Amino acid sequence: MAAIYSLYIINKSGGLIFYKDYGSKGRMDTNDSLRVASLWHSMHAISQQLSPTTGCSGIELLEADTFDLHCFQSLTGTKFFVVCEPGTQHMEALLKIIYELYTDYVLKNPFYEMEMPIRCELFDINLTQAIQKDRVALSGR
Amino acid sequence: MIGVGKIKQYSNILDKPLSKGKQEVSLSAFAFLFSELVQYNQTQVDNIAELERRLEDAGYAVGARVLELLCHRDKGNRRETRLLGILSFVHSTVWKVLFGKVADSLEKGTEHEDEYMISEKELLVNKFISIPKDMGTFNCGAFVAGIVRGVLDGAGFPAVVTAHFVPMEGQQRPRTTILIKFAEEVLRREARLG
Repeated sequence: MAAIYSLYIINKSGGLIFYKDYGSKGRMDTNDSLRVASLWHSMHAISQQLSPTTGCSGIELLEADTFDLHCFQSLTGTKFFVVCEPGTQHMEALLKIIYELYTDYVLKNPFYEMEMPIRCELFDINLTQAIQKDRVALSGR
Repeated sequence: MIGVGKIKQYSNILDKPLSKGKQEVSLSAFAFLFSELVQYNQTQVDNIAELERRLEDAGYAVGARVLELLCHRDKGNRRETRLLGILSFVHSTVWKVLFGKVADSLEKGTEHEDEYMISEKELLVNKFISIPKDMGTFNCGAFVAGIVRGVLDGAGFPAVVTAHFVPMEGQQRPRTTILIKFAEEVLRREARLG
């Protein structure tokens, strides 16, 4: 069944501000997740330079044989990417929903410092609900 | 110029009728503004009690003005003299105008005669706010407590108003209670009025 393995949110300088894993596969300890985040940040930046055409906004989808990686970059440079099973549908829509949750429950929180790791209870609760809803919707199809 | 003649010009701005105003304000705009208010006050104080007091004072100013406006606009300049009257005014009219709905419940305190509680599942001002663990029992609803105190003070019912989180079984988020403790003179006056 199509499933999400993990979700990463990185700030505009490439530092990991949020990491959550959802499956038994792809589980990482703190150091590894930090490394993956900065690795992805650099790859994303390099791909913008590699593009033969101008106006490239970076990698949106990476397909490998054991996983897919969908990435969404906001206008401010914050990147949301999700590692999932190959062939999972509607990840872009999910990333947009997560972005909306971020703007609501993280950015409107007066106790959140910009570019710092996210420690907002409401964000966690609503994120879990969104992922749950997505999982149910996917299994229904 | 077309249309200019249609607007009635008032010679004195005080003669202009008080309009109902825009009924709706962007929630996001308010959330960001309130977030900035909290952040600004955090830089000015050393401890949480001070921060709560500052938010309450900010709310007090709002409450005093809201009372004047609503008495004129919604109640036809009638003045509430009874305790239950002013409480239901706060619980319904003030809440409706400020938050778009009446408060969830209004209860009388069981332990003390002078305590009343207005409860709300989730205060509008707290909708996007997650309190970090190290801030303990701090509640940004202190702003709303200040508004209620401003309304009650202006109406002649001095009280001490505080906002508390009350954990509920079976629910992840605690509900918020605005606790109103009236001053001695209010209760004596209420007893005299019978």
